[in-house]
Amino acid sequence: MSETLNRYRVSTRRSAELALLIGAWLIGVFAWILVDSATGDSSLGGWTSLLSAGVLLLLTHAVVRWQAPYADPLLLPSVAALNMLGLAMIHRLDIAATERAVSNGSPMPTPDVYLQLTWMVVGLVAFMLVLAFVRDHRRLQRFTFTAGFAGIALLFFPLLPFIGSQINGARLWISVLGFTFQPGELAKVALTIFFSGFLVSRRHSLALVHNKILGVGIPRGKDVGPLLLVWFAALLVLILERDLGTSLLLFGLFIVMLYVATGRRSWVLIGALLLSVGGALAYRAFGHVRVRFDVWLDPFADANGAGFQIVQSLYGFANGGLFGTGWGKGYPQLVPFAKTDFITSALGEELGLMGLIAILLLFVIIVERGARAAVATRDPFGNLLAIGLTTVIGLQTFIVIGGVTRLVPLTGLTTPFLSYGGSSLVANYIIIALLIRISNAARAPEVSDADLVLRQDGSSHD
Amino acid sequence: MSELLLSILRIGFLIALWWFVLTVVSVLRRDLQAPRDAKSLTPERSTKRPSPRPTLRARKTSTQLVIVEGALTGTAVPLGSSPILIGRAPDATIVLDDDFVSTHHARLTPNGNHWIVEDLGSTNGTWIDRTRVSTPTVFRPGTQLRIGRTSMELSS
Repeated sequence: MSETLNRYRVSTRRSAELALLIGAWLIGVFAWILVDSATGDSSLGGWTSLLSAGVLLLLTHAVVRWQAPYADPLLLPSVAALNMLGLAMIHRLDIAATERAVSNGSPMPTPDVYLQLTWMVVGLVAFMLVLAFVRDHRRLQRFTFTAGFAGIALLFFPLLPFIGSQINGARLWISVLGFTFQPGELAKVALTIFFSGFLVSRRHSLALVHNKILGVGIPRGKDVGPLLLVWFAALLVLILERDLGTSLLLFGLFIVMLYVATGRRSWVLIGALLLSVGGALAYRAFGHVRVRFDVWLDPFADANGAGFQIVQSLYGFANGGLFGTGWGKGYPQLVPFAKTDFITSALGEELGLMGLIAILLLFVIIVERGARAAVATRDPFGNLLAIGLTTVIGLQTFIVIGGVTRLVPLTGLTTPFLSYGGSSLVANYIIIALLIRISNAARAPEVSDADLVLRQDGSSHD
Repeated sequence: MSELLLSILRIGFLIALWWFVLTVVSVLRRDLQAPRDAKSLTPERSTKRPSPRPTLRARKTSTQLVIVEGALTGTAVPLGSSPILIGRAPDATIVLDDDFVSTHHARLTPNGNHWIVEDLGSTNGTWIDRTRVSTPTVFRPGTQLRIGRTSMELSS
């Protein structure tokens, strides 16, 4: 069949990726210029930051061209556009913080945008390293249990004395040498690898019904045991650390992966049931859950207290309207934590509904490309891993933007690629690197028929 | 900078942002259509090739593979002595542009009088009538081979 291959040159679409990447960078530069011209501030040396971000993105593109030439061309530019928009908004909020410090006469705050830029560098370097070292995503299956253990260990880190640190009521950070890092963000990648590796070997036995309880099939304990163990351990840690967002994320990830692996709809039902039971129990047991839930139902009941943040966020969206106030012309700094959890409301205020929909579309595109890589991959481990990683990004976006817009109760999480926060940025770049690796395997033309036979023989024993 | 210019730039930024998103979507659309451009049916190659064992060839009852359901309905692929690769990849003998078909989905190999179906580790499986092909299986005339949204039969 190899004669046919030569007749149809397989299009890699790397040039489309490059053009879109430059477009994404230009969008960020445009935003930055608008921020500076609206606020009359150009002292922060933004050009060096923008140029270094651009050079770094080009370098990343070169590494993709070299290491994963058939990879999906849309993942990297979409992610870069979000990251650049996030940088511009953090820069804009830095200016607001400086202005407030000047008018209050308080000491000048250090701008966060440079730290975020540093983390972007770290994230992109991690991206390139993952692409260079994970030459074949199927190798990751060997580290199934290592990844599971690492995931749990990472979640446990912040509970340790000395290195763990509590910020804003949640004990999620470790602080080493003055840097704070949120290991839970990396744990979600490790746990996705664990879930896919585990489910791939057990999916057939999980799909078989061994006992029926109330008409619902329950698989053997041997098959679900380790899964439930890891999952309960994860949830336990997160309850101890009071991290609602990550618990919700891991729970959703777990249900989606079980559903995809077994194809049984009963898992979705069981998941919904467990979520409502768990939610009701948490509502009774924990004060902070009750506060979140009550604020969700009626934020205006305590608009200057518990509901302040969400009410300010809603006012922000209202002020932005359809087309937004324009960069630097709104008051997004009035929302507490505008740089992290509430960056969506800051963008919603200054870019309006139209801008926000464009941003949401970028997330939709990332999820679509991830799901497509999952469908197109030949090996079942790759399928599950890609769908799991895609779910992590999609679900995290849904949970946080849903919370900010009061669609679902607010549980603190960062908006992928937009929010200020290094751990999240690095972890999400690693996720995109893995998706690019899987899509490269899915889209690459096969080498030869003999290779196929080898592959078939190799996979038949699992 | 004047207020007018600022509001023009404000709308200009939104237009730029949407232009970017729509360009991404258009690349995405072209990407989805790419396999259709590369659609190839290469039956003439297999018929032109001289058969190494003409006696076996004469006894072979089935001479063509007819697609009875799916986008390529009505297409008949003459059967020769070389294997037929079915999949989404442009190098397959029968290229099926279907999300439910893997890149290299299944292979039909001649073996004496029979054609053997092998699944090449596809995601959604290869089916003969109601059974999923897990080991190389004989594809008999009168049964239907299903791959994704496409069904095919052997005919003489």
